Amino acid sequence: MNFEFTEEQIMIKQAARDFAKKLETDVIERDYKAEFPTHQIKELSELGFLGMMIDPKYGGGGMDSLSYVMALEEISKVDSSVAVIMSVHNSLVTYGIEKYGTEFQKEKYLPIMVTGEKIGAFLLSEPEAGSDATSQKTLAEDKGDHYLLNGTKNWITNAHCADVYIVIAQTHPEKKHHGINALIVDKNTPGISLGPHEDKMGMRSSDTHSVMFTDVKVPKENRIGEDGFGFKFAMKALEAGRIGIAAQALGIAAGAYERSLQYSKERKAFGKLISQHQAIAFKLADMAVKIENARNLVHKAAWLKDTGKDFSLIGSMAKLYAADIAMEVSTEAVQIHGGYGYVKEYHVERLMREAKLTQIYEGTSEIQKVVISRRILMD
Amino acid sequence: MKILVCISNVPDTTTKIKLTGDQSAVDLANAQWIINPWDELALTRALELKEASAGKIDKVTVITVGDKNAEPTIRKALAIGADDAIRVDAAPADAFAVAYEVSEAAKAENFDIILCGIESSDYNGSAMGGMLSEFLGLPSVSSVSKLEIEGDQVKVNREIPGGNELVEPETPFVAIVQKGIAKEPRIPSMRGIMMARKKPLNVVAPAGATALTEFVAYQPPQPKAACKMIAAENVGELVELLHNEAKII
Repeated sequence: MNFEFTEEQIMIKQAARDFAKKLETDVIERDYKAEFPTHQIKELSELGFLGMMIDPKYGGGGMDSLSYVMALEEISKVDSSVAVIMSVHNSLVTYGIEKYGTEFQKEKYLPIMVTGEKIGAFLLSEPEAGSDATSQKTLAEDKGDHYLLNGTKNWITNAHCADVYIVIAQTHPEKKHHGINALIVDKNTPGISLGPHEDKMGMRSSDTHSVMFTDVKVPKENRIGEDGFGFKFAMKALEAGRIGIAAQALGIAAGAYERSLQYSKERKAFGKLISQHQAIAFKLADMAVKIENARNLVHKAAWLKDTGKDFSLIGSMAKLYAADIAMEVSTEAVQIHGGYGYVKEYHVERLMREAKLTQIYEGTSEIQKVVISRRILMD
Repeated sequence: MKILVCISNVPDTTTKIKLTGDQSAVDLANAQWIINPWDELALTRALELKEASAGKIDKVTVITVGDKNAEPTIRKALAIGADDAIRVDAAPADAFAVAYEVSEAAKAENFDIILCGIESSDYNGSAMGGMLSEFLGLPSVSSVSKLEIEGDQVKVNREIPGGNELVEPETPFVAIVQKGIAKEPRIPSMRGIMMARKKPLNVVAPAGATALTEFVAYQPPQPKAACKMIAAENVGELVELLHNEAKII
């Protein structure tokens, strides 16, 4: 077993950390105003983080998933809104197109997506189909040379900033989930409209909207995989996406912990530093152990993916565990900070709000337990 | 036109400084190593100049004196954008030895502008740049906070007490740069990181400079004494303590 990182991986982590340092200057204000990080995403793409795992022949960085999760962790320590924009774009959309798309689709979309010129969004959830993704109501009627899309998608990350949508929709309702297709849709196609910006609890500077489709024509050549492959595609993309969200949750936990550690060595109570009070020191020890465990799971999931092995079980474990400990650690971080933790200036209340979402999106913690239990009972 | 940037491999500025048991050296076993921050700014400026030169500046080379452990730092410089690198395979014993080794390695290439950070963040000697220009027989400009190339003319801004001095040096010359030379260091891009291993890193044998400095012993700074509060009405006690305990009046 080798736990050593390569020189490149260390350099990528450091680059992500240096970038994240810049996010810190206005992260509180952007969160408060729910303002999209426009120039930060531009810099993120200039640095190559938006195409870091894509094959260099499409202009990507050709990096491994381990480098990717290390970068996501560093960015999430500071700003999960930026991290989720990066995660959806990379792990769901560009990954999905590169892994399952046709050569035509890859050549058309990947080069403009790795540069960040076009951002991606993944449209699966519906008002009545979240965890129960098989109940897709959005229709993609087969009209010979094109599909006609009608329906509504909910909670869509990057809905406004993205130009490339991957839409999951039902073509053959009688076939249930075997009738679902995944279509690449250009956002400027006539018939697409956006609902208002969702006023979220956390990750407020990422843009989340519902998206309505009314008689939207999508050429057949934009379908990913065979007819009816859409549900399987969505599940496969989400499997990869989970590793990204697990890394994000890990970053939130690590960010909350690092701030608490620092604060505990500055703040005095009852005549000594609070880190010298066992009540605080033990909290820090618990946090450190949880983070180390989560990191090992996230890195193992990335390693399995990089070595071409089945990563679905460990990926789910990583997502479940990292999201749950992100919630626990960030809550304790607020407690360690006391009153200061409850105000925005100290960041930890924001990290706590961000942590909550990692237990919900890209498969709730409960769905991860469904995946995990099915697998362990099957084996 | 060719630019050489001298880079030092230094412990990260957040490293907690510990001494070895006998206090004869700094214990850097667990240190993270980085490009000396002033050198990193110099490199950033060199790259900006190259990009703005419309091909007039052919390349930016970085040089460091150090063993194989300095290579990750050199590759970071390549990832940031330097075209190639020279590593003089010797321990950076002192400013004299480093300046001599750099001058010997750099001579053959006839660089037009040589940039050095004003000091390194480990020993803060501020001596290497001046020595290097002497060894190369070149003029040097110190405390450079701006460096522009207009046409064929290099324009340099030196910060001096109470103002600025504008210098128009002839190339080749050595510029010893300080803060302000570039806005902020560059973050290497993914493409840069990927390319770094493919760029030339030439390892050259040392010319054999002898260090002129001997480090005898290190002493950590005295721990700060606790603050003594004296009530406003006890001026006499304050004066007495300043006389006899702090011994500053």
